Amino acid sequence: MKLSLGPLQYFWPRERTLAFYREAAGWPVDIVYLGETVCSKRRELGTRDWIALAEELAAAGKEVVLSSLALVEAESELNATMRMLEHGRFLVEANDLTAVQLCREHGRPFVAGPSLNIYNHRALALLMEDGLRRWVPGVEQGMSLLDDLLMGHLCEGGQLPELEVIGWGRLPLSWSARCFTARALDVPKDACGFRCIEFPDGLPLRTREGEGFLRINGIQIQGEEIIDMGPELPLLRALQVGILRLYPQAEGMRDVVEHFDLARGSATPPPRIGAINGYWHGMPGKPGLPAS
Amino acid sequence: MQLVCPAGNLPALRAAVDAGADAVYVGFRDQTNARAFPGLNFDEASLRDGIAYAHAHGCQVYLALNTYPDSASLPLWRDAVDRAAAMGCDAIIAAEMAVLDHAMREHPNLPRHLSVQGSATSAPALRYMHEHFGIARAVLPRVLSLQQVERLCRTSPVPLEVFAFGSLCIMVEGRCQLSSYVTGASPNRHGVCSPARFVRWEEHADGGRSVRLNGMLMDRYTRGEPAGYPTVCKGRFDVRGEVFHALEEPTSLNTLELLPRLAAAGVAALKIEGRQRGVAYVSAVTRTWRQAIDALRDQPEQWSLRPAWQQALSAHAEGHQTTLGPYHRAWH
Repeated sequence: MKLSLGPLQYFWPRERTLAFYREAAGWPVDIVYLGETVCSKRRELGTRDWIALAEELAAAGKEVVLSSLALVEAESELNATMRMLEHGRFLVEANDLTAVQLCREHGRPFVAGPSLNIYNHRALALLMEDGLRRWVPGVEQGMSLLDDLLMGHLCEGGQLPELEVIGWGRLPLSWSARCFTARALDVPKDACGFRCIEFPDGLPLRTREGEGFLRINGIQIQGEEIIDMGPELPLLRALQVGILRLYPQAEGMRDVVEHFDLARGSATPPPRIGAINGYWHGMPGKPGLPAS
Repeated sequence: MQLVCPAGNLPALRAAVDAGADAVYVGFRDQTNARAFPGLNFDEASLRDGIAYAHAHGCQVYLALNTYPDSASLPLWRDAVDRAAAMGCDAIIAAEMAVLDHAMREHPNLPRHLSVQGSATSAPALRYMHEHFGIARAVLPRVLSLQQVERLCRTSPVPLEVFAFGSLCIMVEGRCQLSSYVTGASPNRHGVCSPARFVRWEEHADGGRSVRLNGMLMDRYTRGEPAGYPTVCKGRFDVRGEVFHALEEPTSLNTLELLPRLAAAGVAALKIEGRQRGVAYVSAVTRTWRQAIDALRDQPEQWSLRPAWQQALSAHAEGHQTTLGPYHRAWH
């Protein structure tokens, strides 16, 4: 089982981001995803900086993948993906059909990120014809849905792509044109002052009873709970999942990586260090809520 | 510019046709479409009647098959495509690749429209769908500004349809998991957002009310305060100690004042949301948009927004409030 660091979903100051990844170069992760996936206005690091960082991490022995934006609205937002493709050295994670099409037009293979909608084996097969090499299933894909899909794919004579499952972190749940951080701070999106940089783990949203519910992260909404798939490792292996994705959080990431590094080398599942992912068990995604 | 109106049942379909819709869109009574509500939608007999009525009045019928089948249930969606073709629907509206692929292979002459649930927001994404599945039209997600819509009209390989009026999804359609995070039921997979069976209202001694979705508190109202349907995106929550509509207020999209610009941009069709709404809504909203579109066609120079139109639309808006939504930068 390989470990990957998923793309940084939050907005951190440039020095903090660079320091994080330079430290990560020494962690036992095999794959590092780099790039801005949430908001094109976040420019502490530009595409050129991400590519330079990618070169550094590759030189340190990491496999590097460049991640594309999940929501593309403006023409200018195509350019970042175009530059990643034109650089040519690194695999691209396509987080929407825009990037899939650009990879296709450049004849380049890609990683299908979790915000692409792949719900059945036929869609997977079609995307594999386009160059899908690795697939990160979306958050709604639970164990039995994934099992059915993979069986369906094999029954039709398909080869399995590399499979990467979100193993630890906050689940990305939705995207909007609206910036919810700007809304919460009562500033217009077009003059937001990049204030999401003040919230390195997102902005907590609670119910009126004070129960933790969601995280506001610019135009993205995440679940509040940090989910942990460590206890599912034996089953993930049985499903031929080859890569476990860990999403960067602001604090303690080295410990998390070391926890999973230890776990992947052991036959027994590790103790839980995060919440159950309800989706995985065919339940509501938020842990602890009843099924219908 | 074509006017595409919702029909959740046969009376609504007739109302839309009578009020001047160029096309109506409908769904089967199952989870193959994104308004899979109890008591709504069409069985084969009522759809046959609806198609006959629409066609007799020069109106087209589009069948929404715009949810995402998992591997085990793929045959149900394929069968729905086959039935749509056999019954003489004028187009299907689909989002998912396997559904579009099946339709293209088995029924090449049945036009395929890309649903808003397909989340295509850029020219390359539209090229992808056009090159693979030969889509004849695409419905844009409600996230683009007017300028972005105008640009996309110039670069898209297919004619575009945009939402003109109705309930406002503020998330990119096809990419919102808020409902399934709380209930397990998802717009993508099950064709429902915050299904009613998970909604629980609680009356308080002081006359106020609370509303929960699968146990999670979505909002609380004082006595007499208007209460909306508890979708997660329209609840009130606590962010940094302040309680407010952190994602969006209960409000409807209304783009009537943008009509001349949408027409000038080359938008091919305007969509009215609301298959879950009744005859009165469908009739009034369709009639109002018909008048506005015809007035623009007949006397483009003299066109102006009539207060009577806006009043008619506001009366049917969620919370009686409307917004230009994402078309207007300030909303973002």
